[in-house]
Amino acid sequence: MGYERQKDFGTPESRSAEQVTLTIDGREVTVPAGTSVMRAAAVTGGEIPKLCATDNVKAFGSCRLCLVEVEGMRGTPASCTTPVMPGMKVKTQTPKLDKLRKGVMELYISDHPLDCLTCSANNDCELQDQAANVGLRDVRYGYEGDNHLNKPVDGSNPYFAFDSSKCIVCSRCVRACDEVQGTFALTVDGRGFASVISAGQKTDNFLGSECVSCGACVQACPTAALNEKAVVEIGKPERSVVTTCAYCGVGCTFRAEMRGEQLVRMVPYKDGKANRGHSCVKGRFAWGYANHQDRITKPMIRDSIDQPWQEVSWDEALAFTAAKITKIKNEHGASALGGITSSRCTNEETYLVQKLIRSVFGANNVDTCARVCHSPTGYGLKTTFGTSAGTQDFDSVMKSDVMLLIGANPTDGHPVFASRMKKRLREGAKLIVIDPRRIDMVRTPHIDAAHHLPLQPGTNVAVLTSIAHVIVTEGLANEAFIAERCDTDAYADWARFVSDERHSPEFLESVTRVPAQTVREAARLYATGGNGAIYYGLGVTEHSQGSSTVMAIANLAMVTGNVGRPGVGVNPLRGQNNVQGACDMGSFPHELPGYRHLSDGATRELFEKDWGVSLDPNPGLRIPNMLDAAVEGTFKAIYIQGEDILQSDPNTQHVSAGLAAMECVIVHDLFLNETANYAHVFLPGSTFLEKNGTFTNAERRIQPVRKVMSPANDYEDWEVTQLLANALGANWNYTHPKEILAEIARLTGSFAGVSWEMLQERGSVQWPVNEKHPDGSPVMHMEGFVRGKGLFVVTEYIPTDERTGPRFPLLLTTGRILSQYNVGAQTRRTENVVWHPEDMLEMHPTDAENRGLKDGDWTRLASRTGETTLRLTVTDRVAPGVVYTTFHHPATQANVVTTDYSDWATNCPEYKVTAVQVMASNGPSNWQEEYEELSTRSRRIADEMEPAE
Amino acid sequence: MTGKQIESLRRMANQIAMNFVAMGHDRAVLATADHIDQFWDPRMKAAIFADDYNATLDEIAAAAIAHLAEGNHPEPQTRATEFAKMGDLHNSDAG
Repeated sequence: MGYERQKDFGTPESRSAEQVTLTIDGREVTVPAGTSVMRAAAVTGGEIPKLCATDNVKAFGSCRLCLVEVEGMRGTPASCTTPVMPGMKVKTQTPKLDKLRKGVMELYISDHPLDCLTCSANNDCELQDQAANVGLRDVRYGYEGDNHLNKPVDGSNPYFAFDSSKCIVCSRCVRACDEVQGTFALTVDGRGFASVISAGQKTDNFLGSECVSCGACVQACPTAALNEKAVVEIGKPERSVVTTCAYCGVGCTFRAEMRGEQLVRMVPYKDGKANRGHSCVKGRFAWGYANHQDRITKPMIRDSIDQPWQEVSWDEALAFTAAKITKIKNEHGASALGGITSSRCTNEETYLVQKLIRSVFGANNVDTCARVCHSPTGYGLKTTFGTSAGTQDFDSVMKSDVMLLIGANPTDGHPVFASRMKKRLREGAKLIVIDPRRIDMVRTPHIDAAHHLPLQPGTNVAVLTSIAHVIVTEGLANEAFIAERCDTDAYADWARFVSDERHSPEFLESVTRVPAQTVREAARLYATGGNGAIYYGLGVTEHSQGSSTVMAIANLAMVTGNVGRPGVGVNPLRGQNNVQGACDMGSFPHELPGYRHLSDGATRELFEKDWGVSLDPNPGLRIPNMLDAAVEGTFKAIYIQGEDILQSDPNTQHVSAGLAAMECVIVHDLFLNETANYAHVFLPGSTFLEKNGTFTNAERRIQPVRKVMSPANDYEDWEVTQLLANALGANWNYTHPKEILAEIARLTGSFAGVSWEMLQERGSVQWPVNEKHPDGSPVMHMEGFVRGKGLFVVTEYIPTDERTGPRFPLLLTTGRILSQYNVGAQTRRTENVVWHPEDMLEMHPTDAENRGLKDGDWTRLASRTGETTLRLTVTDRVAPGVVYTTFHHPATQANVVTTDYSDWATNCPEYKVTAVQVMASNGPSNWQEEYEELSTRSRRIADEMEPAE
Repeated sequence: MTGKQIESLRRMANQIAMNFVAMGHDRAVLATADHIDQFWDPRMKAAIFADDYNATLDEIAAAAIAHLAEGNHPEPQTRATEFAKMGDLHNSDAG
């Protein structure tokens, strides 16, 4: 499509079911009660001049440009703040209104630079448009009076600048920051003519303020006062393409706004159902990695990892790879081969990788990064509810009365959804936070969590069982729901189990370190506070009892009847953009797409007929088992698409030993990542901007990814997988991902009704999409659980084997920060490093003082597994005895310290509990020094003077 | 098989069994066996069968391995191992 601004109705949509009919400029219009006159006019295709109104924030009535005349009403009310009434007769264009609007406009323009021709917003400026709309021809006041024309520009933010001289103080930015983002970083400082927009305190600039760079203010600005630096540098976009963000599991819809093949900016798409027109600093601004100088665009090969890389043609690289794979298969059998699908790639690409491994390699050794994040969600929700995905859509949160947030940090990990949560909390919903850290959601502007349960890491099951104890023993269970929807025998067993005094908050207080009274009050609030919704993240799953914790969460939802309607449910916040999709596409070693076990003969036959091969009926190896088998000598080759297991997986030394033991490691990625240090083949990958396909977000929403530019590496990732398959003798001939999607729909029940054409028409759809649910399923288990009755499962608390002691007295837990994403491969190659240039270790002041450490000191972090060094942040966010860090930077690599312990059911690593010691340090650890040397040596490219990274 | 690898398998088997203990002894044995049968690669099973599991594993885990080593394939014991069938439109996932 060509470039045009997104339609702006001026004020938000009313959700009222009551309809009101009125007349605007002689045309009858019917709209929901509560709609503004301004919006009603916009619905008819008319446009009332406006400056301070925009439809993602509430009406403000300040600019006085949208005045209208209403029959029977005195004066000229502002159409943005005037609600429609039955029979109302509105005139939007009269000589009186024209005169008033022109007068208002004159005042604005008298204090605005007249540099339109050289302004970055020229021809994309609402002020310019409205001046034209009202027919402004001259300014009677002249331009010599007091003005703001010499105000300095605040260019501190790396992505946008604030030019106060172009600001009309309409407050749209302030209101967007308040209402949409919920950060309240901006304000109007001063009064009257002296009013100016200010970030934080008067002495702050944007970068130094509380601003989180979500871009809502920039999007709201009607002039060039807040404008993207990329627009200043490149110019106004000339076309736009709607696509899906490739960062977290929220799956925001964006308009990629382009000039030719150059991306100018990513703007959140108002019709995006996951993000509702909002964005975060990553999706909105951090796309510069796509053409970063580190990007590798040519295939490379080498015989051994101590050699420099050789750039070769695609044909040569594929022939080299195929020869290695074939040789290993002939010598060691298919079971020596495997691969890892990527949760950052599309459904179609993920599907093809597992198809390659199963049908061409001939092995079921395929796994995905969900192994190390949400595999316990799959196990736990399947066992209790019968299906493994989150139960709600994101919109559901706006109907929640109580949110129970456990093991998730949404302001950092899922910021766009966090803004929705905060909006609902400001409306009066209550919040319970269960987290060892005092995350931002505990206390943020206009939000104060009702309860924060700062539990000891590793005691999730104990805390949740004690909450269940309170609910059952205090008679708060929803007996009617349980009788109708759940297995009552299982409930009776479970209720007996949780009622035991050993599960009371008082008995468990010494284990969980949460005051019993706090647990009791939180339990009562969740059980009796209205619609209760549970949101959780990796602080639940990445434990030795991750699967048990998920089941304990499901138990709580069932015992209180909080399943099967909007506003409630169990909602895993997925880490990566397509974790859900990667799981749906058969990325696990024991099952085919659609979650059907390989041992089922009929399912195997279905795929065997379609693929024209015979399939091994035995489960394959999970990622940690692949590494074990590699060290053991029975696993020899791996194809890794879009994952960096050396940095992301636990016990780095073990991962490196496994990779080093393999004869052929194929890395298919954008960059020479850490895993590539051990690779023999590098196949360059394409970014989400360079491919077509679909992603499935945390709410099961299947969304199109659209190509906006040609792949710098020549091929979309699905094409590379197809080339590799064909080099190994397959005869695949897909010409577009829609053909792969059609195959997925043909073979996978939950996708039966999905097609590329359908997604173009509807924008997105939530699985299951089939004969029973042709329009998809925003909320699951509405009329009953997917598989019969809801099942309560007894979850006995079993302490982890990882214990603190005299040598390792502290517990380390890990997480993410807003500006960085996962291993940082993308975000470290953007200006986001301004906010987080290195991983820091958080420690409580008492623990720091006991060790003689102070803020900013270099420290040595050591566990039974390994040690690294990083700098210290002293903060009471963490409790005494607990330390915390992120894992975004390879120079520190928190996973050098984490252990092999994992979830009992799924082998999801226990990232969240590692016994450590922290001491002063005066230099890098031996591991860091050795790794730095290996990394430099391994990244050499023949004929290049400098290493690639 | 190196000591580290077999240690890892023993730990996994014991962990699984321990989390099924609440089901009662006999069901826990079958559930442990079923879980390992459905999720473990053949070479992992072969390695634990070859181990002196009665000496190295906890009682429930050892009984489960003995059951599998005799060639048994237990019926699904938990919903996690009741997989969707070919025509099943619904979804499940055991990670």
